Amino acid sequence: MTTHNPRSRHLSRTGRWLRGIAGLAILVAASEVLGRAGIVDKTYLPPASTILSRAIGLAADPDFMANVLATIKAWALGLAIAVGAGVLLGLLLGGLPVVGTAVRGVLEFLRPIPSVALIPLVSLLLGTGLATETTLIVYAAIWPVLFNTIYGLQDVDPVAKETLRTFGFGKVAIMWRVSLPAAAPFIATGVRLAAAVALILAVGTEILSGFGSGLGIFIGQAEQGLDGARDVLAGTVWAGALGLVINTVLVQCERRLFRWHAAQSGGRS
Amino acid sequence: MLQIEKLGHYYADHTALEDVNLEVAEGELVSIVGPSGCGKSTLLRCIAGLIRPSQGRITLNGREITDVPDNLAVVFQDYSRSLLPWLTVRDNVALPLRRRGRSKSERQAAALGALQAVGLADAAHKYPWQLSGGMQQRVSIARALAYQPALLLMDEPFGSVDAQTREDLEDLVLRVRKDGMTILLVTHDIDESVYVGDRVIVLDRAPGRVAADLAVGLPSARDQISTRELPEFVHMRAEVGRLVRGQAPPGAVL
Ligand SMILES: Nc1ncnc2c1ncn2[C@@H]1O[C@H](COP(=O)(O)OP(=O)(O)O)[C@@H](O)[C@H]1O
Ligand SMILES: [Mg+2]
Repeated sequence: MTTHNPRSRHLSRTGRWLRGIAGLAILVAASEVLGRAGIVDKTYLPPASTILSRAIGLAADPDFMANVLATIKAWALGLAIAVGAGVLLGLLLGGLPVVGTAVRGVLEFLRPIPSVALIPLVSLLLGTGLATETTLIVYAAIWPVLFNTIYGLQDVDPVAKETLRTFGFGKVAIMWRVSLPAAAPFIATGVRLAAAVALILAVGTEILSGFGSGLGIFIGQAEQGLDGARDVLAGTVWAGALGLVINTVLVQCERRLFRWHAAQSGGRS
Repeated sequence: MLQIEKLGHYYADHTALEDVNLEVAEGELVSIVGPSGCGKSTLLRCIAGLIRPSQGRITLNGREITDVPDNLAVVFQDYSRSLLPWLTVRDNVALPLRRRGRSKSERQAAALGALQAVGLADAAHKYPWQLSGGMQQRVSIARALAYQPALLLMDEPFGSVDAQTREDLEDLVLRVRKDGMTILLVTHDIDESVYVGDRVIVLDRAPGRVAADLAVGLPSARDQISTRELPEFVHMRAEVGRLVRGQAPPGAVL
């Protein structure tokens, strides 16, 4: 587990942006050179400028935007269910150690099943609509939320819990007023990981199922179109941009909400 | 009000308390002194119902303590960990008052009053981690006082504050006890134990036992300057000092 800890930010913000932009620039330049010089066949790998201008042009295409919206909808729905269920289950397992150890075995068995491998099975059972997509998203996205919730609960300061206990607060109140807020930074990290996984599953399910609407449907169908490579890649750029925006927004939220966590883990005596 | 009979507590390989007997009357302020590691915190935790003692029993108003008793407040030695970092100072102080069924505005007003009493009204909107250790300690004292418990347990509550503030807080404790609160105050400051206490309990080290139970014969109206000049005070602090030092190995830090 590499990203469990919400604190692990090694580079400064500007540093990370600069590196990201530099990397992107090199990639764009390379593809331009390869494409324009004719080293790579333009029908397989169009120059970056072509892909990017197509991606921007798609923003004005209402059909395409309807697809993007459909994907975002499925993503949001699946993520919301995964977060709700993951936190609730995590509180249950983390708060009741007896249940926790009993259920953990089952979870450890289920977790390694790659959710992508379940796409055909779930499609078979639920058809190729929103239900399938949401189910798969929930299945994939619940794990980081669940495990980070359990992990975060283990890290709650016992003195804080005892303090509320001595003031006469009951178990549920302590869970709500101490354990949950204390675990919140870890849960938020789990949510951020889940958001990325959910987007992968949303687009992936759409590409593989090939019905209805969504960004994945656009990408899947573009393959058969005239400008196949260009449209597939333009769609992919959209998927990447969505992921980037989602991640940035979530990181910003975490930073705002959990200032206390950064301050505390930095300077505890 | 509080009765401790033959109390003993063992941690895995260590006897923290053995055969502790103690009785505290309602409204009394009892100081508990003793060298570090003699079991003072363990004793308070047993009274607070946070740990079940290995031996003996503690009764509060005739009922055996098996869980956290009602109407209790504890000022923990680990004051900084006992505050909630995501709440402002004022919300930290106000939180326990939910147990008192007060409205939000009453809770906030009471919290502000308690913060004023410990000299921290200005810090009400700050977060605990923005304050110094001494200030955090005062917040946790304010939180306990705002709650107005029947029984107040304080575990080295003035350890991190400066000398002047410490005297102010001692006087604050002497003021609030007039409302009838029963207070057990653990300290390693011998002068303090005499200055605030009606009684001073001296604990032995390893295993923790009551070495002495001394009544403080000072008038109830106390004053930082004149009380400390009284022959009775001087005599008392020497006696407690000898008792505590007698238990500690030479050169030990109290
Ligand atoms: N949870 C614990 N587990 C094992 N030993 C403990 C624990 N808490 C305290 N002790 C030991 O018990 C003794 C008494 O501790 P404590 O009550 O904290 O003493 P004091 O508050 O007087 O300094 C010490 O030797 C300490 O190391
Ligand atoms: Mg202690």
